[in-house]
Amino acid sequence: MFYREAGQFKASYAADQSIFPIAQDRFGVLVILAVAFVFVPLVANEYWLRSILTPFLIFSLAALGLNILTGYAGQLSLGTAGFMAVGAFAAYNLQIRIPEIPFILDFVLAGLIAAAVGILFGLPSLRIKGFYLAVATLAAQFFLEWLFTRVGWFTNYSSSGVITAPPMVMFGFEFSGAQSRYLLTLSIVAVLALAAKNMVRSEIGRAWMAVRDMDVAAEVIGIRLLHTKLLAFAVSSFYCGIAGALWAYVYLGTVEPQAFDIFRSFEILFMIIIGGLGSILGSFLGAAFIVLLPIVLNNVSSIFAGGTLSAHTLSHLELVIFGSLIIFFLIVEPAGLARLWQIAKEKFRLWPFPY
Amino acid sequence: MNLSEFGRNSIWAAIIAVPMMISPAAAQQFIPVTTYDTGPYAVNGQPFMDGFVDYLKMLNARDGGINGVKLTWEECETGYKPDRFVECYERLKNKGEAGASLFNPLGTGLTYAVIDRAPQDKIPVISLGYGRTDASDGRVFPYIFPMVTNYWSQSTAKIKFIGQKLGGMDKLKGQKIANVHHDSAYGKETIPVLAKQAEIYGFEVTHFPVTHPGLDQKATWLQIRQYKPDWVILRGWGVMNQTAIKEAARIRFPRDQMIGVWWSCAEQDTVPAGAAADGYICAGFHAAGQDFPLIQDILKHVYDKGDGAGSKKAVGTILWNRGVVNAFLSVAGIKTAQKKFGNKVMSGEQVRWGLENLNLTAADIGSQGATGLVPPLKLSCLDHEGGGGVKFQQWVGDHWEMVSDWIETDQSIVRPMIEASAAKYAAEKGLTLRTGMSLGSECP
Repeated sequence: MFYREAGQFKASYAADQSIFPIAQDRFGVLVILAVAFVFVPLVANEYWLRSILTPFLIFSLAALGLNILTGYAGQLSLGTAGFMAVGAFAAYNLQIRIPEIPFILDFVLAGLIAAAVGILFGLPSLRIKGFYLAVATLAAQFFLEWLFTRVGWFTNYSSSGVITAPPMVMFGFEFSGAQSRYLLTLSIVAVLALAAKNMVRSEIGRAWMAVRDMDVAAEVIGIRLLHTKLLAFAVSSFYCGIAGALWAYVYLGTVEPQAFDIFRSFEILFMIIIGGLGSILGSFLGAAFIVLLPIVLNNVSSIFAGGTLSAHTLSHLELVIFGSLIIFFLIVEPAGLARLWQIAKEKFRLWPFPY
Repeated sequence: MNLSEFGRNSIWAAIIAVPMMISPAAAQQFIPVTTYDTGPYAVNGQPFMDGFVDYLKMLNARDGGINGVKLTWEECETGYKPDRFVECYERLKNKGEAGASLFNPLGTGLTYAVIDRAPQDKIPVISLGYGRTDASDGRVFPYIFPMVTNYWSQSTAKIKFIGQKLGGMDKLKGQKIANVHHDSAYGKETIPVLAKQAEIYGFEVTHFPVTHPGLDQKATWLQIRQYKPDWVILRGWGVMNQTAIKEAARIRFPRDQMIGVWWSCAEQDTVPAGAAADGYICAGFHAAGQDFPLIQDILKHVYDKGDGAGSKKAVGTILWNRGVVNAFLSVAGIKTAQKKFGNKVMSGEQVRWGLENLNLTAADIGSQGATGLVPPLKLSCLDHEGGGGVKFQQWVGDHWEMVSDWIETDQSIVRPMIEASAAKYAAEKGLTLRTGMSLGSECP
């Protein structure tokens, strides 16, 4: 009844090609952005901003990065956490070695360095595909973790191998409060998500999808495989690198290389599988599922603590419920949460007269 | 009401009921308990948390809390992951009447994650025998308390112990020591102090990192066999320890020349290794066993009423006792604060003062029935460690036997390094050292 595009005419190519062709969608996105930028910082308390929403946004960004590479360009990668580590350590080293650079520029440079490393480890993708490529990107994961653990220069010779982020100051303003940090993360994520959405709608994105669907055919119609695949690796690693820098600076404030281990890579891969491969929205939904659900379960379970169930049982129950929900959602919709949302939208268009 | 209606109603009921159930308790001292029941380190996290909670339960049952203030707590699962711990920290820090009293992260990486946050929130963090070593300098880290003994102090005691076994510190010259460590902030923490000691005593040290979680160490121990060390120092945690002991047996390295850190020193490490663990030596900063009036009280007031946090079998084991010691010292800090600020609920800031001015004499410990369980401690602004000693124990098939007296740590080596390292940190962070009267205590 409300979600229907009847009567919305497109009079120009620009209108036809806009990101959200349906007025209700445009309105919905604006409302979400307004809520996220204005309402949430005003209403949410420090706990929500600092330890729920900020990590959720950072993981969404990392998932977005991996989704570009795996979901759109079809290159399976298990090196995500490694590229995040590159971003985190690059930002740290830039900041302490060249303190003149404003930290926001550090983040961009850290992303570019991660992109360069991504290109390097993307080279094997020209020869190997699918699961074999996943194994090749494992090399990136293990090599990078090893590098940051072993080579003291990267951690400024800290004896324990832990880096602590210097304060983030821009124009004399220090980003130390929960609100300013949340808004910083949100702005970066919003800009990059918009960029990603536009990229996948443009020629680049179409080339990625052509390569994903069948690379021989893509080559035949004139898409340069080398160029396209490496670009996907570069863009993906750029996103992951920035996510890593945000993780180190904005969320934890301190990072050891073990924070970016293989399990982190798996976690992000699960996010895009559950959220939906090849979907921008799916990256956010998947991150919400993987990051927020355990916390929600943990919070809910703490209500029952001291009652009939012991704390030990509750912590295990959390894992059991989490695992069951993953299975449940993958059975209900193997194409991910984003697909569920799409189906819901289709239903909405017909509601309340589904005939 | 059909099924879907029932579902909808119950969801609404849950949404309405949940906030009602979280109502803050009044006039109670809130102590957050963060631990890990899941993940590769769960075997160690469980008994520790049980001991901690059992002690608090005992105080509530026996004395009705501390000085009339009832204790309350809430558990939060961290999985030994810094990010999950930060979430727990943020969730629990404002609970209770005056906020969280203090945090016990139970993990070095976890402690690092809140070093910046603790001073902002004015909540002290106790890292009992773990954590950032140079935080012992309270002038730079006012809110962090690596109490009893830190890793560097322990390392000096360990080398002293090896010297004793050899028959003199001069005999250390030319000895080869392999440092098998967990490849994390925790494991790497002693590398600088070992280098310093090697320089002083003339031994040779080589580091062998083991990747988390340390289930596969065959390659490492092959390297150790080639290196032919005289001594092996084991700095593991969780499953890494038993694996290391088994691998040492496999390459026939004598277990009585293998010295473990206190986190490699529990029944959870030796029992699964079976006969391979016979003769294995490791360090401790408190005692094991049930023969203390304090622990008998816990058995009487908590376990005999069927209210124990865990299994009764764990009572008296190393890690369970360590949980009790951790809770004991936390409460001692709160009590010290109450002496100054009055017998009411203490805020984190007040507990911080209590911890910094903690003076736990042998008589205090005796009056609480913990003689021999907890070492006497005296903290100050300069020293957040307290000057505990280290005892060494050997596994003899089914129990631990003490093989040394309290060995004093060598502060002449450790202290200058701590101050230098803390000063470097202060410079990086742009902090100034506390001097004179600061936060209610006297600093030099």
